[in-house]
Amino acid sequence: MTNLRVFFVGGLISYRALFNWLNPWIFFPTLVIAPIFQVLFFAFLGRAAGLESDRFYVIGNALQIAALPGLFAMSFTISGERYSQTLAPLLATPANRAALFLGRALPVTANAAFVCVVSLVGSALLLHVTFPASTLLPLAVAIAVTSLSCTGFGLLGGAVGLRVRESIVLINLLDAVLLVFCGVNVPLDKLAEWMSQVAQGLPVTHGLEAARRIADGARLGDVAGLLLAELAIGAAYAAVGYALLRYLERESRRLGTLETA
Amino acid sequence: MRALRVLGVGWLLHFKIISRSPFAIGVGVTWPIVNATMAYFMYRAGGHAQTLLYASLGSAVAGIWSYAAIDVTGAVQRQRWWGTLELLVGAPVPFAVVLLPIAIAIASAGIYALGATLVFGRLVYGIPLPLEHPLAFAVAVPVTIASIGVLGFALSMVLMRFRAASHIGNSLEYPVWIVCGLLFPIAVLPVWSRPISWVLAPTWGMRALLHSALGGHPWRDIAVCGGLAAVYAAIGIALVERFIDAARRRATLSLT
Repeated sequence: MTNLRVFFVGGLISYRALFNWLNPWIFFPTLVIAPIFQVLFFAFLGRAAGLESDRFYVIGNALQIAALPGLFAMSFTISGERYSQTLAPLLATPANRAALFLGRALPVTANAAFVCVVSLVGSALLLHVTFPASTLLPLAVAIAVTSLSCTGFGLLGGAVGLRVRESIVLINLLDAVLLVFCGVNVPLDKLAEWMSQVAQGLPVTHGLEAARRIADGARLGDVAGLLLAELAIGAAYAAVGYALLRYLERESRRLGTLETA
Repeated sequence: MRALRVLGVGWLLHFKIISRSPFAIGVGVTWPIVNATMAYFMYRAGGHAQTLLYASLGSAVAGIWSYAAIDVTGAVQRQRWWGTLELLVGAPVPFAVVLLPIAIAIASAGIYALGATLVFGRLVYGIPLPLEHPLAFAVAVPVTIASIGVLGFALSMVLMRFRAASHIGNSLEYPVWIVCGLLFPIAVLPVWSRPISWVLAPTWGMRALLHSALGGHPWRDIAVCGGLAAVYAAIGIALVERFIDAARRRATLSLT
């Protein structure tokens, strides 16, 4: 019961306390306007390059944008506590660490899915890209799965934040890797072979492929394998991130580096 | 003379500060390289390999604008956090003379983005930098940086009353990249957007760098860049005096 309370109530309180995103003056520019313009930017770049249709960029960038809250928020979870000088008291509590940290991931995942939907709908309207009504529900599932896996990936970055003060630089690098490698703006078969191979082990790649197939008319059952692969990759990153978090927590206690990182 | 000294010392001090920021340099150099890489892949895959230098220079100018849009608009708020805003406003020089070099120094960190993008393009993709007008290029770089910095200064004055100024500035990053045609020609944009691009320094800075490298009339572009910087400075100075007066009268400088 306590673990459930830590998971749900603790997650919600941390979301309200640690992120400025609840302020509309921050939420709207950061998580609505900027993502929509990212899609437009790459759609226009794609038109100039004569590479793919607008729909390719709308789906690709909207799904990749799910990584934005997932990656950054999980990092802020640690760095925000340190900035508020509550990291040490937090880690001194006997709360179950899985409930503590995974609970923080839950509202972030919902946020990621919301931002993804807003950028998909906003940019589709501006670029006159349409999706058949029958694809909307399966697309929503693909978005939810991708948001979840990106948040799992973000947990890895959050863990690094326990040891590295400027983990935000690493998070930017991870975000950039997803943008370049996952077939967001360039089809995987047009990237170098080794890049396509690396993409198979990254979040977004399979969820994005599933979303594009759904938009082309595939049913949810047809892309179940891709969505399961996306979930498995996200879960694997979450597991590694959680293990790293526990290890670095122990090391920080042992070396007394919790506040000095 | 004193104003010139404040401008010079202020620029040097803040350029040193930003040059030692792992976040500013790490992120500021990473994204232009990433954007250049994306553009290289897209243009190559689309069969337009001749536009790679365009992508390289465009990513660098986009990086300079990112510094101006995000860090310059957050400069006043940062001084609030540091508790130095009141001291700077109370200094016996106009506040604009204090803030202007901060804005230009932040945009000057874009020189790292420019250098990194050109070196990356050369080493990884073998993109040469043919300098048809080397002198013009040497002049275009600082003029472009300064004009974009001054644009950031004017923007920061418009957003001075907002605590979330840098977040609002952040949302202007992509729109300016788009409308100024930094990574693709503005011909792909709707016609109504062109007049907007004409009043934005990144458009002319990009053209100045491109024409200096590939041939054309870079001096005209440099002159327009300089002229726009003067207009932005005039707007920014007019606004800063107005806002500072209002903040003193209402005791709202700290926005608390």
